[in-house]
Amino acid sequence: MTERILTAKDLKRGMKAKVVSIVEDDDVLCPRLLELGLFPGTEFTVVKVAPLGDPVEIDLRGYKLCIRRSEVGCLRLVELD
Amino acid sequence: MKWGAFALSSLTEVPIEPVPARKNPLIALVGNPNAGKTSLFNALTGSRQKVGNYPGVTVEKVSGWIELEGEQVEIIDVPGLYSLSAISTDEEVAVDALLEGENKPDLVLYVLDASNLERNLFLFTQLTETHLNVVVALTLTDVVLREHAEIDLVALTKHLGCEVVPVVAHKNEGLKELREAMIRALQDPRELELDVGFPKIITDAADRVVEKVNRWGIDMKPKEARCVLLDEHCTTGDRFRNIPELWSVVEEERKVVFGQNVQAKTLDAQSRYAWSSKVKKDSYIPPSVPRGKTKTERVDAILTHRFCGLIVFLLIMYAVFQSIYTFAAPFMDWIDMGKSALAGAVGGMLEGTPALQSLVVDGIIEGIGSVIIFLPQIMILFFFIAVLEGTGYLARAAFLMDRLLGWCGLNGRAFIPLLSSFACAIPGVMAARVMPDQRSRMITILVAPLMSCSARLPVYVLLIGAVIEPRFGSVWAGISLFFMHFIGLAVAIPVVLILNRGWFKGKRLPFMMELPKYQSPRWKDVFITVMSRAKVFLVTAGTIIFAMTIIIWALLYFPRGDEAAFQKEWTAQGRSLDEANEFEHFAEMRQREDSILGRFGRTIEPVFAPAGFDWRLTTAILAAFPAREVVVPAMGILFGTGADVDEESPSLKTSLQTATWPDGRQLMTPWTAVSLMVFFALCCQCMATLAAIKRETNSWKWAWFAFGYMTALAYILSIAVQQIGRLFG
Repeated sequence: MTERILTAKDLKRGMKAKVVSIVEDDDVLCPRLLELGLFPGTEFTVVKVAPLGDPVEIDLRGYKLCIRRSEVGCLRLVELD
Repeated sequence: MKWGAFALSSLTEVPIEPVPARKNPLIALVGNPNAGKTSLFNALTGSRQKVGNYPGVTVEKVSGWIELEGEQVEIIDVPGLYSLSAISTDEEVAVDALLEGENKPDLVLYVLDASNLERNLFLFTQLTETHLNVVVALTLTDVVLREHAEIDLVALTKHLGCEVVPVVAHKNEGLKELREAMIRALQDPRELELDVGFPKIITDAADRVVEKVNRWGIDMKPKEARCVLLDEHCTTGDRFRNIPELWSVVEEERKVVFGQNVQAKTLDAQSRYAWSSKVKKDSYIPPSVPRGKTKTERVDAILTHRFCGLIVFLLIMYAVFQSIYTFAAPFMDWIDMGKSALAGAVGGMLEGTPALQSLVVDGIIEGIGSVIIFLPQIMILFFFIAVLEGTGYLARAAFLMDRLLGWCGLNGRAFIPLLSSFACAIPGVMAARVMPDQRSRMITILVAPLMSCSARLPVYVLLIGAVIEPRFGSVWAGISLFFMHFIGLAVAIPVVLILNRGWFKGKRLPFMMELPKYQSPRWKDVFITVMSRAKVFLVTAGTIIFAMTIIIWALLYFPRGDEAAFQKEWTAQGRSLDEANEFEHFAEMRQREDSILGRFGRTIEPVFAPAGFDWRLTTAILAAFPAREVVVPAMGILFGTGADVDEESPSLKTSLQTATWPDGRQLMTPWTAVSLMVFFALCCQCMATLAAIKRETNSWKWAWFAFGYMTALAYILSIAVQQIGRLFG
């Protein structure tokens, strides 16, 4: 399995990614991401990208969540394939 | 204790102190957004609902009554929550509703989405730390079955440690069993105990904290210590907040456990999710055959497609917008006709007492009429919102439009309130409740009245027809009409930016939402939504509109002019009293001129002179402040063609074209026309909108703010147009 570091703007439809760590400590956003199940070790798939490029819908833990690219910013991601 | 025998004695529950006697037991309906809470609430309470506001915030409080074993029980529909650590006002309200001392519910009905167990159980794990008595309603089991999966109820019940009742609210399935479970839980309250299985290193540290704290004679439970250790903002820790010694103990233990690098909150979330994924593994039996594409996925392939998605979106929005316009029009005409007929009949009966006649006809009947006239638009719009929301399309619309509205601080959901405001700001302001958080809801409410509503159209048509079209031709007439519809939108963008950066600064709220599975609308829920919106409008906004109509009537009616003096003035102009109709208009105009409001108009005429408005335009503007619909008839009165005119009347157009200043200059230059249209486009001349803003924001402050900033913008920009126009000649 090869891993490539991803940034939020690299997310494309069908892409599989994994959260490696939390980089930025935004005290509103990051806790909410944790509560929604996005923490180091979580894997997800990009299901949809909105027609205007943002937000994206991701599939994680058996459910789907729409999230703006800017809000994935405090997660360090790697691509899985 | 009828149900005592059924108590889940094998589970690790401990009895809790009964809450001090309250008149009626209180049940809180709690769950994640989209878990089917509102549908269940509607199924349980039917129409026995009450919509109010939580004190001091724009968050709506929906409560209802159910009867359990002959006892009236209040049930509140708490706003959807992902976690007990609130980040928005709505969530704060929800958390307070659960944890605040005297409001603490006797029973929490936890709404658990069976098709999304893992995430939905996260909040459940937090609830177990709050000394609450819980029954679980397992919703969306029909969705699980449709996907050929199954739920092992025994396993789930065993893990959760409380009663779990599957319900399908819209089919009334499981409601009887749920009520029985609620009765049992109310009669035999038990505090939920749950071992999520935190790492030993954490539980050991929590035990050490408890030991130290207990030595000071303070009662603290291990789960409270753990919560405080893992999350300094943990609500369970609130009662220890003012004990500084305790926090130094906690700090110490944190250092021991976490060192410098690991974040405690991450560990907390990981532990909870580890538990919830285990529960899911044990109690959710996935389909044996690998599933193909679900219906929702197939529909979404079109509805969120890059091209088709946007086209379908535009078509749906066009249909909604057109319906507000077209379907409401006949009803509004009927209401108007009914009002006139009633006014005619009652007016005839009160012929002998002119003051009473005027109060009843121009005050009371007019006031009631001007409230009811908005009902068709409100009901049609909320019908569409309820259907779009119920089917799951509203979330898609927000997903599609978020980029467009997100950059200036709003989000995709603002599209519907803003679009409906192009028909009428009142349903638009009310529709702002689709916004997920208080801040974006507030901003949407404050800019919605800037959108060019249908009541502004007659002014545009009149002025463009009288001034622009004869001079520049129909192409420019069309272009200016188009432009006038966009000026409000264009002005709204900087307003949103300023409100967002300046006024409502503070924490930025993340935009997160889910696209729920498509389903056919539940007509009962649609019906309840439409009726409750209509009721809210009539009861709260309606009474304000009615009161203001009476006040405006009085300002225009008093002091009474002297009929004989008017006759003298009329004959002095060389006119005959035989021209009864013309004289009546004249007398009416003179009465308005001499009324309190009219005198005020004369007084402040110089204020509007820089915008190019004479006293007649100024008075028409003042008369239109309660409702801009009256501006065309008011101009008819003031320009001497009578009130019985509309925007297409040739006589009014001619009077406008030939009107002059006292020194003979032409009044209606193209720049004055544009300046006047800009004023009407931006000014908040609609007391019904202000009443709606008051209702929705729960405060007069914001109504006055909207009024103030829009009037200021209208004034400044109309002067700017006139002055720049003069420079160009």
